[in-house]
Amino acid sequence: MDLTFSKEDLDFQAEVRDFLTSEYPLGIKEKQDKRLPLEKEDIISWQKILASRGWFAINWPKEHGGTGLTPTQIYILQNELAGANTPVLIPFGVNMCGPVVYTFGTEEQKKKFLPGILNSDTWWCQGYSEPGSGSDLASLQTKAERKGDAYLVNGTKTWTTLAQHADWIFCLVRTETTDIKQEGISFLLIDMKSKGVEVKPIITIDGAHEVNMVYFDNVEVPTTNLIGEEGQGWNIAKFLLMHERTGIAGIAALKRELKRLKEISSDLIVGEASLLEDTNFRNKIEAAEIELTATEFTELRTLSQISSGGAPGPESSILKIKGTELQQSISELFIEMLGYYAHPFLTEAELGSNASIGPDYAGSAMPHYLNFRKVSIYGGSNEIQRNVISKAILGL
Amino acid sequence: MDFNFNEEQTLIQGQVAQFIQRDYEWEKRQNLVSSDLGFSEDNWKTFAELGWLGISLSEESGGFGGTALESMIIMEEFGKGLVVEPFLETIILCSGLIDSCGTEDQKSEILDQVIAGDMHLALGFTEPQSRFNLADVTTEAKLQDGSYIVNGFKSVVMNGPNANKLIISTRTTGNQAEKDGITLLVIDANQEGVSLRNYPTVDGRRASELTLENVKIPSSCLLGSEDQGFQLLEGAIDNATLAICAEAVGAMEVLYKTTVEYTKTREQFGQPIGKFQVLQHRMVDMFMEYEQSKSLLYMATIKNVEGSQDAKKSISGLKYQVGKAAKFIGQQSVQLHGGMGVTDELNVGHFFKRLTTIISIFGNTDYHLKRYSQL
Repeated sequence: MDLTFSKEDLDFQAEVRDFLTSEYPLGIKEKQDKRLPLEKEDIISWQKILASRGWFAINWPKEHGGTGLTPTQIYILQNELAGANTPVLIPFGVNMCGPVVYTFGTEEQKKKFLPGILNSDTWWCQGYSEPGSGSDLASLQTKAERKGDAYLVNGTKTWTTLAQHADWIFCLVRTETTDIKQEGISFLLIDMKSKGVEVKPIITIDGAHEVNMVYFDNVEVPTTNLIGEEGQGWNIAKFLLMHERTGIAGIAALKRELKRLKEISSDLIVGEASLLEDTNFRNKIEAAEIELTATEFTELRTLSQISSGGAPGPESSILKIKGTELQQSISELFIEMLGYYAHPFLTEAELGSNASIGPDYAGSAMPHYLNFRKVSIYGGSNEIQRNVISKAILGL
Repeated sequence: MDFNFNEEQTLIQGQVAQFIQRDYEWEKRQNLVSSDLGFSEDNWKTFAELGWLGISLSEESGGFGGTALESMIIMEEFGKGLVVEPFLETIILCSGLIDSCGTEDQKSEILDQVIAGDMHLALGFTEPQSRFNLADVTTEAKLQDGSYIVNGFKSVVMNGPNANKLIISTRTTGNQAEKDGITLLVIDANQEGVSLRNYPTVDGRRASELTLENVKIPSSCLLGSEDQGFQLLEGAIDNATLAICAEAVGAMEVLYKTTVEYTKTREQFGQPIGKFQVLQHRMVDMFMEYEQSKSLLYMATIKNVEGSQDAKKSISGLKYQVGKAAKFIGQQSVQLHGGMGVTDELNVGHFFKRLTTIISIFGNTDYHLKRYSQL
């Protein structure tokens, strides 16, 4: 048991801080600090800056282009990046499709797809959920019929995050109708420019266009885009969900937001004292802080297990549940802090032109609160995660 | 003990319910929300014709002499349709206030037009630093040659963009948070020195930031007595709190019922998701929170109509319960609808957003719990 950083770790931390001082572009920093939406180009350019320093594909093995950071260094890096409020990386390529391709793909597929992921030239999105298949993902109906050297794909995917920017989509498709529904599923990569692919926006309650419907109408996909064997898709998806869940707690970002909440509420004078000195409000912040610390150390324990050779297991479901509950409760404390000033609802354009109503931190609080209702629904809803824990860990 | 509505009240309830069902379909409501005005003048005229605008105002003021019970009935039905017409602001908050303490001239000048559907009102009672404390007023009014000169700022004035006249709380004497020394004044929206910055709110309604710069107000626009405005303001906010809680109860009823229906039809893992016990219990809890809120709503409304000693306290108890229930029912309705719950297209998210603002309007759960223990 040891909670301290070694000298090497502290040197690494200093290195990351220096890097942030010199390399984090001011234009992006300003938008991030004001909680304004980023353009596609902002995200790509930041990912490229990280990649050029070797800090982008941090979980990848060295042989595929990873940089071999230790788990402690990864922990430090993520804390520093989130602490400085740098843009959230788009996970679909680097954390999802990449690991699938280097784990299950052929040499040819690795050559074709990994470079574009590593240098962020290819924007990936995820084609999993369908209108009739949410929590029961394995019931998916999008069909891929083999016709010679190609699959003919027909069906509809939904909740596809940032599909409007995507060059490629990785999909779960049904290649066979089997008694056990999981067995007929395959993992297919589809070029979004293919004929018959159509993207339609879904506007969410925060007024944002983040998710989409993606329609496939007789889309021809070369069979060389199949990852693994036909029927292996479900196993790949399970592998991927584990990967998705390990980072999902977003501890470092939560720490930053909690700190911000404390700073703002300590400046907010209500009557004689600050809001932070109000016992009820303060207790809620402290309760969140304790829960956050517990979740952080649950994650660290999981990480140390992985670094000593274990694989991420169903324990990652704990992190998904606790992390998302914290995201929601902290975003809720922000709107509670703001009182009436959480209610004005400006468009992105109005927010961008410095036209905020009330204090400048007010405008983004409600959209975040509304947007974060999704986190207990996506990535396997928290109800599904509890099922996983009850079956896989408790054996119920 | 009798929790039944009388014949007349049942009639009104049926009338409002019919309006919501027949004339306030979801698509129409959404079109109103995105229109320039933010609601329908035609609907407002209908309210006037049906007598709803004057229903709870006294007969001396030209109303029908109803009580908070009639307001409750209307607001609960409005909550079911998520009505955006500013009934709460123009009628409950402002007209009720003028009815209770206005001069004969003020009543005839303002309330006649309001009841006819020709005038809108707004109440400026919050400032950036005041949070939920009605006594925290820095907007200053100085009497000078028979007129008040007003300087200050009012934040998030609900229905501000649409108001012909505004009632504002000002400080005439005393320190920033003192209850004594608060004076209510009626101002014209287009008066010199009055400027409004208008914007939409997250619940599909409209509000304004109100700046007052050397606004000259004749002393005939004083509402109630000078320096004694706090009690009047508190009374108006209490009435409006009852009304907004009724709206919330209506909205919560729609949400829990919609969610129950959805889980009966949405199938996953080969069965309706409503068959899963974890969701059943969640919905049972939603249902119970709704029923508990409705019970306190009836209790607090009756106590206020009767003028019971603990009438005020009952309102804080109600707002606390409604805040708790609105949060739980709102969040869980979204959760149980899955991705659909967060779409702009489905009504669930919009009910959730209105419940979210109701939680803090007129004081959140922390505020009312504290007030409850002090009263």
